[in-house]
Amino acid sequence: MKSGIAASKGYAIGKVIIKSHQEIKVTDELITDIKGEKEKFLSAVEETKRQLEKLKEQTARSMGEEEAEIFEAHMMMLEDCELVDAIISEIEVNHFNVIKAVSQATDRFIAQFEAIEDEYLRERAADLKDVRNRLMANLTGNSVDFKIDEENIVVVAHDLTPSDTAQLDKNKVIAFLTDVGGRTSHSAIMARTLEIPAVVGMGDITSSVKNGDKVIVDGFTGSVIINPGDDDLEIYKKKINEYQEELKDLKKLVSCETRTKQGKRIYVAGNIGKPEDIYQVIENGGDGVGLFRTEFLYMDRNSAPTEEEQFESYKFVLEKMGDKKVVIRTLDIGGDKTLPYMNLPDEMNPFLGYRAIRLCLDQKDLFKTQLRALLRASIYGNLSVMFPMISGVQEFLATKEIVEECKRELDEHGVVYSNDIEWGIMIEVPSAALCAEELAQYVDFFSIGTNDLIQYTLAVDRMSEKVSYIYNPMHPAVLKLIKMTIDGAHKHGKWVGMCGEMAGDESAIPTLVEYGLDEFSMSASSILSAKKLIMVL
Amino acid sequence: MVQKDLVVINESGLHARPAGLLVKAASKFKSNITILYQDKNINVKSLLNVLSAGIASGSKITLVCEGEDEQEALKTLTELIESGLGE
Repeated sequence: MKSGIAASKGYAIGKVIIKSHQEIKVTDELITDIKGEKEKFLSAVEETKRQLEKLKEQTARSMGEEEAEIFEAHMMMLEDCELVDAIISEIEVNHFNVIKAVSQATDRFIAQFEAIEDEYLRERAADLKDVRNRLMANLTGNSVDFKIDEENIVVVAHDLTPSDTAQLDKNKVIAFLTDVGGRTSHSAIMARTLEIPAVVGMGDITSSVKNGDKVIVDGFTGSVIINPGDDDLEIYKKKINEYQEELKDLKKLVSCETRTKQGKRIYVAGNIGKPEDIYQVIENGGDGVGLFRTEFLYMDRNSAPTEEEQFESYKFVLEKMGDKKVVIRTLDIGGDKTLPYMNLPDEMNPFLGYRAIRLCLDQKDLFKTQLRALLRASIYGNLSVMFPMISGVQEFLATKEIVEECKRELDEHGVVYSNDIEWGIMIEVPSAALCAEELAQYVDFFSIGTNDLIQYTLAVDRMSEKVSYIYNPMHPAVLKLIKMTIDGAHKHGKWVGMCGEMAGDESAIPTLVEYGLDEFSMSASSILSAKKLIMVL
Repeated sequence: MVQKDLVVINESGLHARPAGLLVKAASKFKSNITILYQDKNINVKSLLNVLSAGIASGSKITLVCEGEDEQEALKTLTELIESGLGE
């Protein structure tokens, strides 16, 4: 048995085809016909470009536009002015033959990329190598494209380039294994897109197997069994069946409405941080977004995002979700989340201090920028906005006053916004839960943030190792507050969601459904299992 | 020659798609277009040059344009960078 990094989940049993690494021989031979050598180079560039265009189209059809973009980048690398100039000058000045000229010039760039710490940029070295290999193959009349005619094939390679993966036919290739690479390398990402198992970074898998060997690939654990015995085959055949059944069952739920046995419609939504996370929510059949944590838009940068940037992010998510509800939470910063450019004060008790709505009510300009962006984006979908850390009615009313101010300003400039936006609050401070019935008269909805609610109710920091055992979502006091919140809202005809970790916890879901919770919002990968569970309650 | 100090605001810096966008836009001009970053002199018409400079979000750069359409180039590229390069 061999092992590596589990890059894409699933199981496969199949026959090995090794994609050999074509070494192109670089010779030191000098040339005299400079013009002829340059022409060779330019016509190989043309041919390479034609192939890349074809791959781009092919990939766009089989995997989607986004996956195809990599070849757009390859074309730009191929025709990069600095690279082309460098190659031409190797030919003109040093009289290198074209193969050597290409190899020298590209190697310099590859070395530059590989020297950079950033993992993303190191991966670009792989792209450039891919382009170089294709160009070299065209110069020597070889082909880098490989065809597979049999089915149930496990492709084994030193590394798979983007153009290799683009050509993998999912009907024939059921898994792949590579010597190098990590979870974020291009081939790993492609494997997850194709939904076939892959194990990467195996070290020497290309020399450990031969063509035709039978292998079992376990994409969950990253282990590979070469020429397995009957026992192993038996075990894995069973695993494959079970896994396929499970997947089939879950996939059926993507498009179906979630109702309890008694027929109550329950909304199972996804939590997102970055706008592009929306794709996973859609793929997993989310009924909307129950929590968009906007603080991610403010992180890893030197200044707060502009109104325009925020507007684009909100609009993007709203448009993608169509008429499904998108609940966007306003900036929740402070506590354990700080922003370097905001100079937040050091406090004795940051979780009880200057954070979330308290900070936004104080830094009105910062808050209004976000509110204006939200209002403007509201016409592109079904928007709900919620405020974090509200502790009582006065705080909510003060917040709404600022919203009204923003609306008036937009009116003055003739900017349109939707009048159907729902305005709600997070219930995460015990006082808010205790006043839920009163608050419900003013708000359109509640969303229970369990992580903070539990920590404040039980006075426990779950990051503190010695006391974290006290942290318990099912503590009677916590459950009581949740029940009060739901009852209070329902009394005034308002809906209640939950967006903390507890919402995706399968041991808590039955109790929450019984209490009458209307919406559950969780990480996208939990949505389908949660739907499945709710439908049998 | 005209130049302007800028801050790269988009989330992923001059990586991937944003870098591609910038290079494509720059390539439409006749002027020589460079970015001065740290002690590096980067040809903005070369994707490989731009990528290998590893310019992260929040970096301070100087955009320099030199040639017959330098004013127009500086204006267009400044707007593009300040708008967050499509991110």
